[in-house]
Amino acid sequence: MQRRQSFKTQKQPLQVHCKNQTDLSAWRKGGRIDPEKNVQSNQSPNNQKNDSKQGSLEQALSYFEKVQDRVSLKKNSVLQKHLTTVESIALQSGLPPEAFDVLLNVALSGKLADTVNTRLLKSLLPASVIPETSVVSSVSWLCVSKCSGNIQLLFLRWLIAVFDFIDHKEQLHALYGFFFSFLQDEKMCPYVCHLLYLLTRKETGEYIQLYETEYHFISYSGMQSYLQALLSLYKLYCPELVTITLPGKMKTYFKNSEGPWKAGINTVRRRNQENSPVFQPLFLGTAQPQSRKRKWNIQLIIPVSSTNTNNLEEDEKKYRVDLYSMSESFRVEQLQTFSQLLQNIHHLEFPSQMGSVLTNPLLLHYMNCIKDESIYLRLYYWMGQTLQEECTWCSVDNNQGEEEFKDFLETVYKTECFLQEGFSSCEEFLYKSLPLWDGFCCRSQILRLVSWIPLSSFSEIKSHLYDPLAQFFFTSSLYFKCSVLECLKELLQNWLNWHVIHLDSESDSQVHSSNTTHSELLNVVAELIHFVGWISTLALRLENNPTFLLYFILDFYETACDMYLRYNLPLLIMPPAGVFYPALLSMDSVSLNQLCYIMYRYRTNLVAAKENELSKKETVQFRFSNQTYQEYNQYITAMVGCLWTSSVFQKDIHPQGLRMDDELLKKTAVQEFKNSFNIVYHPAMMGYAVLFLQQAWPDDTTFNFSLIKGKKWNWYLEYLYAHGLKGLKVFIESSINRVSQASHRKAGNVQV
Amino acid sequence: MESVEGVARTLLSFGRLSRGLPFGRAHGLSSRDPLLPLAPRSQENADPQRTAFLLRKQWTLYSVTPLYRFSNAHLRDYARLLSAFIAAEKQKGLAVEVGVELDIKVAVSSLPYLKGSDQDQAAILVQLSSRSPASPKNSEEKLIWSGWFCCVSGDDISKNVPEDFTCLPLFLVNGAECYTSIVGSWFQKTFDCSFRRLAISPLILSWMAAMWTGCKVDKTASAIELVFSVPCLPQPLDISYAIHPEDAKALWDTVQKTPGEIIQEEVDVFMDCLYSHFHRHFRIHLSATKLVKVSTAIASAHCDGIIKFLQSQYLTGVLMLLTELAISQIE
Repeated sequence: MQRRQSFKTQKQPLQVHCKNQTDLSAWRKGGRIDPEKNVQSNQSPNNQKNDSKQGSLEQALSYFEKVQDRVSLKKNSVLQKHLTTVESIALQSGLPPEAFDVLLNVALSGKLADTVNTRLLKSLLPASVIPETSVVSSVSWLCVSKCSGNIQLLFLRWLIAVFDFIDHKEQLHALYGFFFSFLQDEKMCPYVCHLLYLLTRKETGEYIQLYETEYHFISYSGMQSYLQALLSLYKLYCPELVTITLPGKMKTYFKNSEGPWKAGINTVRRRNQENSPVFQPLFLGTAQPQSRKRKWNIQLIIPVSSTNTNNLEEDEKKYRVDLYSMSESFRVEQLQTFSQLLQNIHHLEFPSQMGSVLTNPLLLHYMNCIKDESIYLRLYYWMGQTLQEECTWCSVDNNQGEEEFKDFLETVYKTECFLQEGFSSCEEFLYKSLPLWDGFCCRSQILRLVSWIPLSSFSEIKSHLYDPLAQFFFTSSLYFKCSVLECLKELLQNWLNWHVIHLDSESDSQVHSSNTTHSELLNVVAELIHFVGWISTLALRLENNPTFLLYFILDFYETACDMYLRYNLPLLIMPPAGVFYPALLSMDSVSLNQLCYIMYRYRTNLVAAKENELSKKETVQFRFSNQTYQEYNQYITAMVGCLWTSSVFQKDIHPQGLRMDDELLKKTAVQEFKNSFNIVYHPAMMGYAVLFLQQAWPDDTTFNFSLIKGKKWNWYLEYLYAHGLKGLKVFIESSINRVSQASHRKAGNVQV
Repeated sequence: MESVEGVARTLLSFGRLSRGLPFGRAHGLSSRDPLLPLAPRSQENADPQRTAFLLRKQWTLYSVTPLYRFSNAHLRDYARLLSAFIAAEKQKGLAVEVGVELDIKVAVSSLPYLKGSDQDQAAILVQLSSRSPASPKNSEEKLIWSGWFCCVSGDDISKNVPEDFTCLPLFLVNGAECYTSIVGSWFQKTFDCSFRRLAISPLILSWMAAMWTGCKVDKTASAIELVFSVPCLPQPLDISYAIHPEDAKALWDTVQKTPGEIIQEEVDVFMDCLYSHFHRHFRIHLSATKLVKVSTAIASAHCDGIIKFLQSQYLTGVLMLLTELAISQIE
């Protein structure tokens, strides 16, 4: 007893400490902790009611914290009121973590009558978790024996019932010895055995020796089932230390302690499960089906990484060793850091459910270096089934859980980004679900997943992807159109990156040569670019050429124009006239500048291709068609004629181009029609020209644009370049041959 | 009956949704093809006595993706582990020791005779039985839940998976959902597979109606019953349509052109004939309703994915169709 007493005093500072930690005062002031708030708001729609409830709980807690002397329940209506408050709130929504410290303290300190203590203990149901510190401090109360034996027993039963809800168990493990000493108490022994059973780990070996010394005591009291249970566990961990033989079969080891708390605990479990579907362990057993649809296996839960226990290949003996000690392999649960991964990579096991890698970046790293078909196949089946089952628009009566599904798609997308690789189960899901999609639900997630469709020679991508996508595209808002273009640009980039990587490893891998040939892949890429060209042309007409849309279209072509040099793909496709001319005649300098840059890159790529064709004749497998060069030349003629030589109406030879008869042009009554699209008069450039005039001739207010010529023309160019028109700069420097720099003539020649 | 037009559209959309269903194989079947329940092979394999326990029970259907690292050699170990898992799930927070017998006994066994082809894995039967704690050990055990995995002529999928995987795509369950949940979770955890409920579309149900009508049954057969559900009503309204089996057989014989071969058009004609007959008498267009249940002497099937086998000689034939449905759902 003396020892126990001193333990209590020793533990005092800990109690104070734990109060600070749980910060009850902050909670009382109304600054409730967020997770609690979430639970509350999820819990009931009428928050007002909740708030008043919270208020009364706060009052009750502060009452129980201050209560000093033994108060009779019958005579004290205040106590009655607060006790009822605690009970009703506990039953409805559970108690917040902060409440446990106060209530356990009062219940175990023996200040109040046992009837009150019993009612308090019975209402200790957690809303989310129980702080370990409050459990530790109540164990110290247990040691000083201020409360009656019945309350001690009830406390132990409570501890067993809520064991899974204690947030940490490290300090509790440190108290193993104290619980162990309670074994001597005849009444407490069954529950203490159960508690020790829950607390026992392999490392607890020292106590097993202790247990042996108590063996005589056990043999006196007869072999109770609960003692057997604990002993069998000890024997399992340290067979050499436990010498007694245990009977082979027993029905139930421990009395059911959950009794008074069972219903409440089930509610809490269900609630916890609902609130965090991703990080909760797979918990399918006792949960009630919530609706017709929400059957047992239809909860969207990404499994938690756990060791594969299905390791029965070895003989029985070795299997036992594997199952319990895992001496051979490194368990996934232990894997916490990257350095652990590096150290154990040779004997790391994949988790029992591959789906769990989605939330485990370390395992994704590992997956990246292991080439094993079964890994991908397991993931493929799991993901395919989950996507179809959870898809809110595919299954008719699954209209709840859109947020859940969104999160899941987001997780899948992040994994794809991490692995830099699309999942085929995702691809198939998109093909199946896009025709049924409303174009709205989970939009950004779906489009992001589209960007990870793997590059393959799949011939039906048009009917499965482009056709449904085009339907949405044409019938949706400008913003949606831009998002689709953005996602198709990402798709193209992912394909090109994949191609570069596989080109590098082509010599040592069989993957590339196995199912798809190079020319088939080229066709698939070409099909995508033609598709984007087609929808862009139509979208520009539908939306009346907005700059915003044009930006996304030209952004796509910034990738498409550089495929040969940047991605080593012998393919170049010019934008259609429906994109080129609106960009060339755009009212916005940004678009014009972008177009200039794109045409410059096309030129660089085409020139490089031509040079390679001429120099290395042996490898000219993939020749650019003459049509591409022809198209480029037509565009460049139009562009130079437009921006530089003011001859576009005569020289443009593109069938959809700007060529016009003089007669017709005269009818427009525009006087200087010839130069109306050069870099001074072009509607996108005129703003710059005006500012330039103001700076060059501050006194002149007539805006005489014809002044910009000769030397001033060059100044003007420098002025434009200085204002960020880098695309224009590289275009003019590469594509316009300024015949004689010294003479400053503004005539130029086209070189192709 | 005013909303007939709108309803017809719903039904049409079923036809559209069920693309990719396994009728490609059914077109132009030869009489040897085992898709028809008359296949002699199934008769010789399925001994009526050995399969009797599967008959006249309601089985809920699930599709299962291939089991990873499942081995027929370890069925006893699986039973032990599963029984420990069940005990742990049933009494969360209470202690459990692996290998100790509890009041729920688990048996995992193989049903090697439930097969369609040599490629198929042997079916696996899981049975849970309870013992009352009071009675002695040798007292009778009561079967409380059973489930079986099977694959009948699932060559399409069996051939295409690596060695580590076992294809048993069809899972049938009889018993309380709470046990299905526990057993299913254990299989999901242990063999990294996924379960999904397997619904039967009205299109498939009409196929079943036609196919099973054509089958010969020795004893005096019970009536063929089709149950239709009328959609878009405030209260559910089901229409039951019972036909004398000989009448139905006579109709089917006039519709079917080549014996031993069924095509979609014949099924459509058969159903249309039944519909027009019904319309003549009751002025109700059944084509505007949804077929939800088919009961014949061979088997009965509900669109929620519930089946009852009634004739052991046609067991493997029906299982083969269900295997195809399950495969189409997991691929």
